[in-house]
Amino acid sequence: MKAAQFDYVKPKTLSEALDLLVETGDDARLMAGGQTLLATLNMRLSEPSILIDITGITELKGISVQGESLRIGALVTHTEIEDSDLVAKHAPLLKLAVPHIAHRAIRNLGTWGGSLAYGDPAAEWPACSITLQATMIIRGPSGERRIGAEDFFIDLYTTSLEPDEILVATEIPIASKDQISYFNELARRHGDYAVAGIAAVAKKSGDVLRDCVFTFFSVGATPVVATKAQALIDGQELNDQLIKEAVEIARSEIEAIADLTNSAEAKQHLIGVLLERCLKDMLAQK
Amino acid sequence: MSLKKKISMTVNGEAVSAEIDPRRHLVDFLREDLFLKGPHLGCEQGACGACTVKVNGQIIRGCLFLAVQADGSIVETIEGATKSGALEDLQNAFMRHNAMQCGFCSSGMLLAAAELIEKQPHATRAQVREWISGNYCRCTGYHSIVNAIVDVLSARANA
Repeated sequence: MKAAQFDYVKPKTLSEALDLLVETGDDARLMAGGQTLLATLNMRLSEPSILIDITGITELKGISVQGESLRIGALVTHTEIEDSDLVAKHAPLLKLAVPHIAHRAIRNLGTWGGSLAYGDPAAEWPACSITLQATMIIRGPSGERRIGAEDFFIDLYTTSLEPDEILVATEIPIASKDQISYFNELARRHGDYAVAGIAAVAKKSGDVLRDCVFTFFSVGATPVVATKAQALIDGQELNDQLIKEAVEIARSEIEAIADLTNSAEAKQHLIGVLLERCLKDMLAQK
Repeated sequence: MSLKKKISMTVNGEAVSAEIDPRRHLVDFLREDLFLKGPHLGCEQGACGACTVKVNGQIIRGCLFLAVQADGSIVETIEGATKSGALEDLQNAFMRHNAMQCGFCSSGMLLAAAELIEKQPHATRAQVREWISGNYCRCTGYHSIVNAIVDVLSARANA
């Protein structure tokens, strides 16, 4: 199908974009990579009267190290993350996750910030941002504010962003030397949305994991952290018995929600499958 | 009030200017206004990959990119890539391996394969399969396409 009529404007600066958002109100949609938005426009699931294309705003671009943080601009594409040495070094989890995002032609345009701001429960970046304890940097008419990823995702496709705000960048604490990562998602075909997925990190010494975070996605309205399973694993010697217990706890502490094609029971089961694979992989990692 | 926007870009090496509705996506612009019928329109929602074209050196989904967004860009379609000869060995391998039947996916498949060869010259067969998973082919069952790409990868590596 073809999109309905809309107007198009491409501001050059962030303040210009913020002014436009206020001027145009509910009729406007911000466009970054457009890899979700343009599909919904073509299908007429969404009919804004004006698109504000923010891809010309330099302030929203670039990956850099700032002190103890890795700063990823909202307009950084999935491909830039895939090809970045800084990301490989300081946030290796993202490197593991990126091949799961759609396909190269889509990764070439789709953005880090677009995915976070859209808040799709089946998307990879929201889960990764929670696992890595990212801080969202947001600009609005009254200035800048910061919010942790764990508080940013509120509900299905709903974040703490106000209609007049723009996500500018995120800051991720640089990975410590003993940090290990695991990412996996189960999908019908490579590149499809996940039936269920996991984004995990831990600090490893010997066979003991500490400061672990196990975030599951595509199982609820937002990514879900398995806090009880984390507490069980934390500081204990990891072995088959402990893995078995953690799997049971994760399955009971998370209440999965069905989607159009997969039942809640199937997802509940897959949470355990993913955690088991994750822990066995982490046990084997050096 | 007209919503039309003036755009100019380079398409297959030639400067092009036009006035278009913002809602016109790049593939409609290329096919309907410039009569470049190489990029195909399959699903129009980013799933099938038939509309793959290159913008500023990277493959993209032409149905998920507006013509107005291409203002100031360098656009290349299968017509341009064929003319330049950059895909010649890949195109020959596709013919040798019978890596097409109806040909609907071929222009997208070739441009996707070309970017793989450029970015991952040592790609394994599994990586080839993963890479082209974004391009649907309803005729070949993919094996002949993967064979053709693997052939070119090894020929170029040994060149």
